[in-house]
Amino acid sequence: MALVLQPRREPSKAMVWAAPVIAVLATLIVGALLFTALGYDGFGAVNAIFIQPLLNSNRWQDLLVKAAPLTLIATGLAVGFRANVWNIGAEGQYVFGALAATGIALLTLDMQGLWILPAMVVAGVLGGMVYASVPAFLRVRLGVNEILSSLMLNYVAVQLLFYLMRGPWRDPMGFGFPQTAMFSLDQTLPRVIPGTLIHLGVPVALAAALTMWFLMARTLAGFQVRVVGAAPQAARFAGFRETRVVWMSFLIGGGLAGMAGTFEVSGPFGQMVPTFPVGYGFTAIIVAFLGRLHPLGIVAAALVLALTYVGGESAQTTVGLPAAAVGVFQAMLLFFLLGSDILVRYRLVRKGAPPARALPVTASPATRAVPGAAE
Amino acid sequence: MTPELAVSILMAVVATSTPLLIAALGELVVEKAGVLNLGVEGMMLIGAVTAFIVASATGVPSLGVLAAALAAALSSMVFGYLTLTLTANQVATGLALTIFGTGVSALLGASFVGITTGTLGLVFPANLATDPILRILFGHSPLVYFSLLMTLGVWWFLSKSRAGLILRAVGESDSSAHSIGYRVIGVRYLAVLFGGAMAGIAGSYYSLVLTPMWAERLTAGRGWIAIALVVFAAWRPGRLLLGAYLFGAVITFELQAKAAGWSFLAPEVLTSLPYLATILVLALISSRRASARLAAPACLAKPFRASA
Amino acid sequence: MSTLNRRQVIAGAGALALGTAFMPRGASAQVSGRPVKAAFVYVGPVGDFGWTYAHDQGRKYLEEQLGADKVTTSFVENVAEGPDAERVIRQLAQDGNDIIFTTSFGFMNPTLRVAREFPDGRFEHCTGYQAGPNMGLYNSRFYQGRAVLGTIAAMMSKSGKAGYVASFPIPEVVMGINAFTLAARKINPEFTTQVVWVNSWYDPAKEAQATGALLDQGADVITQHTDSPGPLQEAEKRGAIAFGQAWDMTSFAPNAHMTAIVDNWGPYYVNRVQAVIDGSWKPENVWLGMKEGEVAMAPFNEKMPADVKAAAQKIIDDTKAGTYEVFTGPIADQSGAEKIAAGVVVPDEDLLKMDWYIQGVQG
Repeated sequence: MALVLQPRREPSKAMVWAAPVIAVLATLIVGALLFTALGYDGFGAVNAIFIQPLLNSNRWQDLLVKAAPLTLIATGLAVGFRANVWNIGAEGQYVFGALAATGIALLTLDMQGLWILPAMVVAGVLGGMVYASVPAFLRVRLGVNEILSSLMLNYVAVQLLFYLMRGPWRDPMGFGFPQTAMFSLDQTLPRVIPGTLIHLGVPVALAAALTMWFLMARTLAGFQVRVVGAAPQAARFAGFRETRVVWMSFLIGGGLAGMAGTFEVSGPFGQMVPTFPVGYGFTAIIVAFLGRLHPLGIVAAALVLALTYVGGESAQTTVGLPAAAVGVFQAMLLFFLLGSDILVRYRLVRKGAPPARALPVTASPATRAVPGAAE
Repeated sequence: MTPELAVSILMAVVATSTPLLIAALGELVVEKAGVLNLGVEGMMLIGAVTAFIVASATGVPSLGVLAAALAAALSSMVFGYLTLTLTANQVATGLALTIFGTGVSALLGASFVGITTGTLGLVFPANLATDPILRILFGHSPLVYFSLLMTLGVWWFLSKSRAGLILRAVGESDSSAHSIGYRVIGVRYLAVLFGGAMAGIAGSYYSLVLTPMWAERLTAGRGWIAIALVVFAAWRPGRLLLGAYLFGAVITFELQAKAAGWSFLAPEVLTSLPYLATILVLALISSRRASARLAAPACLAKPFRASA
Repeated sequence: MSTLNRRQVIAGAGALALGTAFMPRGASAQVSGRPVKAAFVYVGPVGDFGWTYAHDQGRKYLEEQLGADKVTTSFVENVAEGPDAERVIRQLAQDGNDIIFTTSFGFMNPTLRVAREFPDGRFEHCTGYQAGPNMGLYNSRFYQGRAVLGTIAAMMSKSGKAGYVASFPIPEVVMGINAFTLAARKINPEFTTQVVWVNSWYDPAKEAQATGALLDQGADVITQHTDSPGPLQEAEKRGAIAFGQAWDMTSFAPNAHMTAIVDNWGPYYVNRVQAVIDGSWKPENVWLGMKEGEVAMAPFNEKMPADVKAAAQKIIDDTKAGTYEVFTGPIADQSGAEKIAAGVVVPDEDLLKMDWYIQGVQG
């Protein structure tokens, strides 16, 4: 009575949302058993990572603050991913945007005014866009594979950051340590709920996700993105220009990444430091996929990822789980989530059961690249 | 400059370049088959820790290298199963593999921190291998000769052998390859397996040859440089050899210059070089449409599923 | 001075925004009838066999010395400097830790912020320069150990040239380079130190390559201010001599390893937790050295000649006795101009912002 995978007649709408839940549950069970077998308190670890932070109101703000940049970046990336435009340079765009904002901050350190923070945000968004336009230009003009070019630019941006921190932008009063001066009050992101850590970036991230949901579902531009991704030939036939979609994808992705960078540097960091990049640009790629490229899914996925970080720290102190084990938990979660996507287009049946009558779902480029992405 | 000094510097170039070359050769074959595995860094770490553990436990470093190849190949199968059988996204799965490798290697290696082990022996007789001049030919780690042989082997495989032709066909046009009856998924599995084994061996070079020890994140991001080198070389083994050695030479000469009291590059520029050079090469090879032989494999990172 | 003013503005604003809302939950001023909860925040993995490893050895020593009925400890490793650190520190404070040690420079501002939110908590930050009413600072006079290394290097070097593998030009590292070179030039006035910056605290392969380059360029003694045993291993291969960093690294280079500067944090941690138990803890800015046992030297290699051992031991003994201070004038800077007049000892506050190199340092 072996089970085999059988193509579905059409992608399962239920599975689109059920698969991630199945994956999380599988991670919890396998993770608990695996780490128990390895001699750790596996069930304690699962409890500390995935359950305790949800029960402790002190942790909620941590989750929101951690999820905000991930949501913002992933929302932007998802636009491109739907159109088969693979911007994996968000980390660099995040850093470059934050550097642009830092540049404004250092210029205005001795000034006052409510215009300073908005100017930093504008600079940050533009910075992210400028940096994203390099791979966009290379792809549109020269046909350069954007996965590779945007990947390479990540490392260049980080080195630029190191250079600026070590040299020109170093705080002259900072005892030689490579970091900028602290930002002034007018350069600091305000908190939206007094007495908590929840800064302006949190509602903005949520608003960005909702806006993108509306734009993708209701506007012509959103329609173009979806068509170019799902059926490039039909799109060309309809007169949609692929070039425009590539540019749009990169500018939105880069702009939101730059905005996320600005919020981080002007909010939680309050100054620029060499350790500013912590891989949000890469994590956001994973978040985008876990959220099935849907803005609301992305919000949920960002919160799940935030949970593993925040809970992982608790697990170190409460059950003595090494930091490395938390990484393994995260990777397992990703593996299960990525693997569970197959359930959207296939179903498990007993061997020998009659096949579905219609032809299997012929994978269009978009659903092939991104299972379950089609609306 | 004395000949002895020149030899010493060249030895350093070889030592810097070799692990990058090995890992990049593996990734080159993977990409030629149309698969982009961004998990090189994670697989290298798994290889590095396995090599060290096995070498310490058995006292036989060569067994460590073998175990590294096996362990990393095994981890590449997680990637293979998810992306090839379950058609998960390759970019996301590769990133997850790197997170996995970083975590698993740290867990496995925790009790091996702070000790050292024997290194790989020499291939040639000691009087040749330790001669101040002749060692440039005979004094390298066995893995150096391995990397050169593999470069030749991969070149021969891809351009001269029938199996290599099939592999390239799978990478250039999966649906055509499928329609003439080649097993696209099977070929890609083998390529990913090879890429994993090579990444593992590259990792073992760090934990057994360069600095015989284990510590978390021992490879310090060199898996990403390997990926850059594949692109820099425009997916050609000969150019890869050149690229890896060019990169090793720049790093070595910069360090030598600093050690001699002068410096020609900001360290950040130096670190950015492989990536900037890669983007430049990408732009150049993509603009010359005529030489399609230099372009990226057409099916790179695109999943394939035979429709019935 | 405007920078300092801005800092104060931020400090005031931060306290206003946070101070009222976050009531300290677990951290109480008095600890009695239960073990003290001490927490440690590490920047690296405990398995780095360098900086973080040494702190974690200190934590274990604390547990051993005081016992489970007096102290329980926990730690979080691999914490990124910035908001992640702030979150971890806050979480530890909320969990009722009586004292929290944060062990990397980049944790300074996060620790400051959390310390303001928890006025009844106790915080100790390692290597920073800003303290608070409930936040102390601590560091070690590692440069005292560097003087011992410089003495050994100058006496054993044939070329009169040392190679220094260094991470970043922060005062801590600059101070070490100067102390090493000053001590060496007392033995051999022509001695030079060639510095190679690898711009990383931890990259074994690159550190080893830098070591190789230094040896190629005429150095025959290697010392380092990076965390991995890479330089030692390379020195061992090439038959040069070298010194361990943060911990006794003899096992990596039995022939090359002459001695090591050992970061011995344990006694300090015991002392501070005992103060919490006694109710006498208050924030201080302490900079301890060999005298207090916080900086120790690993056993000398047997291959070291007797006269070198004796000279090195004399530096140690005199430092402990307070009769030897390496930063005593006259000291000339790289241009050869006298920077510190004869007989003058560089005061601590100048050491802590040292950004100039003495004569004999190259690179």
